[in-house]
Amino acid sequence: AGLGTLAGAASAGAEDLTPNSWDEITSYNNFYEFGTGKDDPSRKAGALTTDPWTVEIGGLVERPGRYDLGDILAKVSIEDRLYRLRCVEAWSMVVPWQGFELADLLTIAGVQPSAKYVAFETLYRPEEMPGQQSRILDWPYVEGLRLDEAMHPLTIMATGLYGKPLPNQNGAPLRLVVPWKYGFKSIKSVVRLTLTEKQPPTSWNRYAPREYGFYANVNPTVDHPRWSQATERRIGGGFFAPRVPTLMFNGYGEEVAGLYAGMDLAARF
Amino acid sequence: MTGLQRVNLALARLPTWPVYVVGLLPAFWAIWLGATGGLGVEPINALENRLGLLALQFLIAGLAVTPLRRWTGLNLIRFRRALGLVAMGHLTLHLAVWLLLDLRDWGLIWADILKRPYITVGMLAFALLLPLAATSSNRAIRRLGPQRWRRLHRLVYLAVPLGGLHFVMQSKGWQMEPLVYLAAILGLLALRFRSSRGRVAP
Repeated sequence: AGLGTLAGAASAGAEDLTPNSWDEITSYNNFYEFGTGKDDPSRKAGALTTDPWTVEIGGLVERPGRYDLGDILAKVSIEDRLYRLRCVEAWSMVVPWQGFELADLLTIAGVQPSAKYVAFETLYRPEEMPGQQSRILDWPYVEGLRLDEAMHPLTIMATGLYGKPLPNQNGAPLRLVVPWKYGFKSIKSVVRLTLTEKQPPTSWNRYAPREYGFYANVNPTVDHPRWSQATERRIGGGFFAPRVPTLMFNGYGEEVAGLYAGMDLAARF
Repeated sequence: MTGLQRVNLALARLPTWPVYVVGLLPAFWAIWLGATGGLGVEPINALENRLGLLALQFLIAGLAVTPLRRWTGLNLIRFRRALGLVAMGHLTLHLAVWLLLDLRDWGLIWADILKRPYITVGMLAFALLLPLAATSSNRAIRRLGPQRWRRLHRLVYLAVPLGGLHFVMQSKGWQMEPLVYLAAILGLLALRFRSSRGRVAP
């Protein structure tokens, strides 16, 4: 319950935390494994097999191995988390996720003291993920977090949306959600976690290091080279809704700013 | 009389005004779709992209007229002005959506034009096309004289590739579609320069 409160506090300025509709959240997606169009994932993700699903946890952990998703779910508690989602492309939504804390999953595997980062990997299955047949990114998609970011109580692995199982286009059956970072950090359809000592490579950073950093914290004062990050458009406003100001750490600064104390956020964007 | 001659003769009898009417339909259709939910949940960006793409398609059609006549004999020269002006109509709407629906703030607009290369390139393409649209009337051709008019309208060879470049630069990643457009534009220009060299040295 304490963490529920924390997530509640994170929603400070709750007046603008009206969730987007199911249709909005499930029809406007970036999931390049299914194509680069916003509607490609909802049109093409239906064929993805998400059951059975195993997550391989390895690297610097006490109990490495392949974990069945059902077994994981039996050991964690699923909570509601109403989070803002801010895409690096300067649009945003509010999403009512269900999920569990990533920290709980890491505890199941047992993190060794020398581990400093968590590397994540998306499923690679081009026969079900047509976007992987073109070389727009180096597949599989990979992401990473510093261990303290990964252990933060706001960081969850989502399994549901609006009380229903996560739709494939939103990263079924298991995806990361890090609400204070740009959406591309929240890697979808996760099949592998590796605890490492060195900062792991991340897909968009590898593709264009000048445009996408490892940290990718939402920051209205650090522009993307090709567009401003000072404002964002909330999805669902139609033709005449104005842009709204983007909040530092996407509005979660009170909870997470401490993770970056003393760090130059313009240099390590 | 060959089939092609008959087609060209028939085309010569057609009025050009339907090109304007039919050509602008996709723009109004896109605006209607955007206003009624037909462009998805983020209609402003979708409309922006769609109008920009339509503008580029009409510019490419205009660019194809001369090579088409040279290489196939099909004569669409009479329709080229309409194609260009329809492209300019879409381009103006594309810009208007960006200014009036998307950014709506002169500070943001100037910052974008000066700081963001793909917007600088797009604005440059638009600026290069403005004098061409302004001198598209018969009266303007007479006033400038055909020689100067033709020289001025060569700006299109610079503006259209810049438009294609703008398309490539604004997308996330090296996406196929914008590259295909840019290749088509460069291909059409190459055909033109090859044929003009051919004329110099017969």
